[in-house]
Amino acid sequence: MRRGAWFLLGLALLAMEAVAGEARPNADDPVLEARLMGLAADLRCVVCQNESLAESRAPLAQDLREEVRDLMRQGKTDAEVVEYLTLRYGDFVLYRPPFKPETYLLWLGPALFLVIGGLAWVIATRRRRALPATDRLDAEDLRKAAELLRGESK
Amino acid sequence: MKRWLPFAAFCVLLVFLYVGLFRDPREVPSPFIGRPAPAFVLPVVERPGATFSPEQARGRSWLLNVWAPWCTTCQKEHLFLMQVAATGVPVYGLNWKDQDREATAMLARMGNPYVLNADDRDGRVGIDWGVTGVPETFVIDAEGIIRMKHSGPINERIWKRKFLPLLQAIDS
Repeated sequence: MRRGAWFLLGLALLAMEAVAGEARPNADDPVLEARLMGLAADLRCVVCQNESLAESRAPLAQDLREEVRDLMRQGKTDAEVVEYLTLRYGDFVLYRPPFKPETYLLWLGPALFLVIGGLAWVIATRRRRALPATDRLDAEDLRKAAELLRGESK
Repeated sequence: MKRWLPFAAFCVLLVFLYVGLFRDPREVPSPFIGRPAPAFVLPVVERPGATFSPEQARGRSWLLNVWAPWCTTCQKEHLFLMQVAATGVPVYGLNWKDQDREATAMLARMGNPYVLNADDRDGRVGIDWGVTGVPETFVIDAEGIIRMKHSGPINERIWKRKFLPLLQAIDS
C-alpha cells in the first residue's frame, strides 16, 4: 500500500517535470521570459477563453507566446506588443479592455448599480422618516402607556 | 404598482439570461471586418515552386477557408465545400499548421474543392489573420476587403443564412 503511494508520488513528480519542460520552449532568457509572463497574464488566450495567455497550454497560445517573444527580442515595447495582438484578435484579448464608448457600460456599470442602490436606500429612509406624525408617540402617549402598565402590574 | 417593481426587474434579468443562453462565446468579433485582407506570400500546396498572395485573387469576391488535415471538423466541412465550389464560388484554402504534410494526400483522397491551397506550415499567416482555430472562413470582396468571418464549419443552413445573402449583395 505504502509502496504504491510512493510510486504514485514519483509518477506525479515525473509528470510535473514533463509539463514544466514542455511549457516553455527556448526560454533561454529569464529576463525576457519574466517580461513575457508579466504581460501575458493580462492577455486572454483566444482558444481557452478563461485562461490567460501566460497559463494556457493550447497550441495557439504557445505560438502566440513565441510570437510575443520574437517581438520583444526585436525591441518592441509592451504597448506595441499589445497593439500587435489587438490588431489581429481585437480588444477581446485584453483582460483590461480600454475605456471607450463600447466599454463605458462595462467599466461604469458597477458604479451605476451602486448609485441606483444608494438612491433606493435614500428614498426608502426618507419615506420612513416622513411617516405621518399621528403614528408617533408624544410625551402624553408615553405617560398614558406608563400609567396603564403600572395599573396592570398591581 | 410598487409591488410589481421587483418582479419586473426579475423579468428583465430573465430576458438577459435567456438571450445569453444562445450566444456563442466562441464567436469572437473579428477586427478585420471592413479592412483590407492582410498580405502574405506562401507556397502553393498543389503546385510546388509556385506562391500565392491574396492580391492574386482580386477582381471578384472569394472565400478563404482555413483548414488542416488533422482537423476532423474540417473533414466534415470538406464535403459541403465541394458543393460550394461546384456552384462556381472561388474557394481558396489556407492549409494551417500541416506539420505532418498530409494535405496533398487528403485532397487526392477526398477531392479538392479549392482553387489552390496556401501552405501556412508554421501558422504565422493564421496569426496575422486572427485565426483562433480551424475551420474558419473569410469572405473577401473584389477589392480585397474582408467582409465577414465565420468560425466553425460551414453547412447548408449557415451557407444559406450567412454566406449567400452577403455574396449576392457584394457581387451585385
